[in-house]
Amino acid sequence: MLIMLFLSSGLFLGWSLGANDASNIFGTAVGTRMVKFYTAAIVASIFVVLGAVISGAGTTHTLGKLGAVDMIAGAFMVALAAAVTVFWMTKLSLPVSTSQAIVGAIVGWNMFAGKTTDINALTKIASTWVMSPVLAAGFSYVFFQLFKKILEFWKIHIFRLDAYTRIGLIVIGAFGAYSLGANNIGNVMGVFVSVAPFENMNLWGFDVSGVEQLFLLGGLAIAVGIFTYSKRVMQTVGEGVVKLTPQSALVVVLSQAIVLFLFASKGLEAWLLAHNLPTIPLVPVSSSQVVIGSVLGIGLAHGGRGIRFRVLGKIASGWVTTPIIAAGISFISLFFLQNVFDQQVVKTIDHTEIHHSIDIEVPAHG
Amino acid sequence: MIFKKTKGLELQMDAFLDKISEAGIVFRRGVKNYMNKDANDFERHLEQIRRLEHEADELRKNIETQLYTQTLVPESRGDILALMETTDDVIDRATDTLSEMSIEGPMVPEEFRPGYIELAKSVVKAMEEMVKALRAFMRDPLNVRNYLHKVYHFEKESDRIAEDLKRNIFASDKLELSQKIHLRYFALHIDTIADRAEDVADRLSIYTIKRSI
Repeated sequence: MLIMLFLSSGLFLGWSLGANDASNIFGTAVGTRMVKFYTAAIVASIFVVLGAVISGAGTTHTLGKLGAVDMIAGAFMVALAAAVTVFWMTKLSLPVSTSQAIVGAIVGWNMFAGKTTDINALTKIASTWVMSPVLAAGFSYVFFQLFKKILEFWKIHIFRLDAYTRIGLIVIGAFGAYSLGANNIGNVMGVFVSVAPFENMNLWGFDVSGVEQLFLLGGLAIAVGIFTYSKRVMQTVGEGVVKLTPQSALVVVLSQAIVLFLFASKGLEAWLLAHNLPTIPLVPVSSSQVVIGSVLGIGLAHGGRGIRFRVLGKIASGWVTTPIIAAGISFISLFFLQNVFDQQVVKTIDHTEIHHSIDIEVPAHG
Repeated sequence: MIFKKTKGLELQMDAFLDKISEAGIVFRRGVKNYMNKDANDFERHLEQIRRLEHEADELRKNIETQLYTQTLVPESRGDILALMETTDDVIDRATDTLSEMSIEGPMVPEEFRPGYIELAKSVVKAMEEMVKALRAFMRDPLNVRNYLHKVYHFEKESDRIAEDLKRNIFASDKLELSQKIHLRYFALHIDTIADRAEDVADRLSIYTIKRSI
């Protein structure tokens, strides 16, 4: 039971991910009434859980290398610090992402534990935050032009196009949900991986490892978030901010799914390595910022009119402020948890353990 | 399953546009019959256009109900409905005009008859281009513009013919004022059909921009 109490902060992060980020995938589809909310919620939940359990290890591994939180109370506080940061910054209407908050919180733990954070690794992670929306913009620009050409060439009847688009939104949405689960489960459960006491077990003839059980729990928390809270968010996305046609929504979801997948897929990494190509770091990225990148790509395809650069500036500022605030909250609350609540949050405070540094995939050239 | 429904709707929409297009031809022939004092054919065409109007009405209601009960094309269904209703006005106007000719039996002097026939021809051309633009809107929005400008052209042309006709009617010294007013009424009503086609074209030009992805 105590374990659930410690996991609760991670589960809360999962719930909040489901409540907010599922709308990045199905928001326009539901908001424009192309897909029913319950269809979207069921598809999103199933595929988020699948993505988390099957492909969640890649990004989690990277976060684990940034800082290997070694006590469950510490993991609880790191996740809680990230959750509080996200909640607080959202309340202040500041751009925020769980991915960036958790990295900050881990760095906070490193500082508290006296472990050195590998600046190289951190830079690499931070570079993916910049890269992901830019890549998404590129993808959606290309896909938009491609879709346009296809529509011009095939001359599909408006009613038939409607049917194709609905199916596309569900199928590509499923892929998007899978990628979201794979890419973001690390944020939710990553810090607990090395400390959660789950044993391997056999479930209906399948061997389920401890980590997979943890990811399954996180995935379920995301699903609960989707069912309990994402409906309103989806309707807001569909009606507000940016008005997308269902066909451009398809492009946005596709680009987003691909980008989240690129930053999460171990299979792709192995394939790139095997072909001597530079690999893509497996890092949890912000799906909201990826969506903004995708929408921007469509804006560019329309000739770049109406792009509000102030919004982009605000997002970029979030890349810096979010981790710093999260690191601060994490450090202070770890201090309180250890000294006021008498919980051990760090196994060994060892200032010599510097070599525990990170070796995130070094691109193999040549 | 979903494609079967879609196919059915596509067919109904095509049938609706066929009715409008056919009604145009029937209207033109009806006016010609009336001017040539060919009463039997005129009544036959009147009957035919009434039937077409009724069938188009049924198709429109059917499509509207399906679009709303099955939440199809949620982004554009409002536009599609508005287009169909405005298009319905065109066929209604044509039917009413033939019907009024049958009821009121205006006395058209020989010299004005070619003018009415020419006006009906021009109005029907606007209608035909409107139907082509509507078909393009459904499948090939980039092509809509190619038809819209023709609708506008024939609408203007119809206005010009109607004005000439009215001027000639009122300039005539063989007619009573009541007769002139009666004749003007018919020139006006035939011309209104082209105006309704222009209303459809106006809507189409906006909806086409909305339809691009």
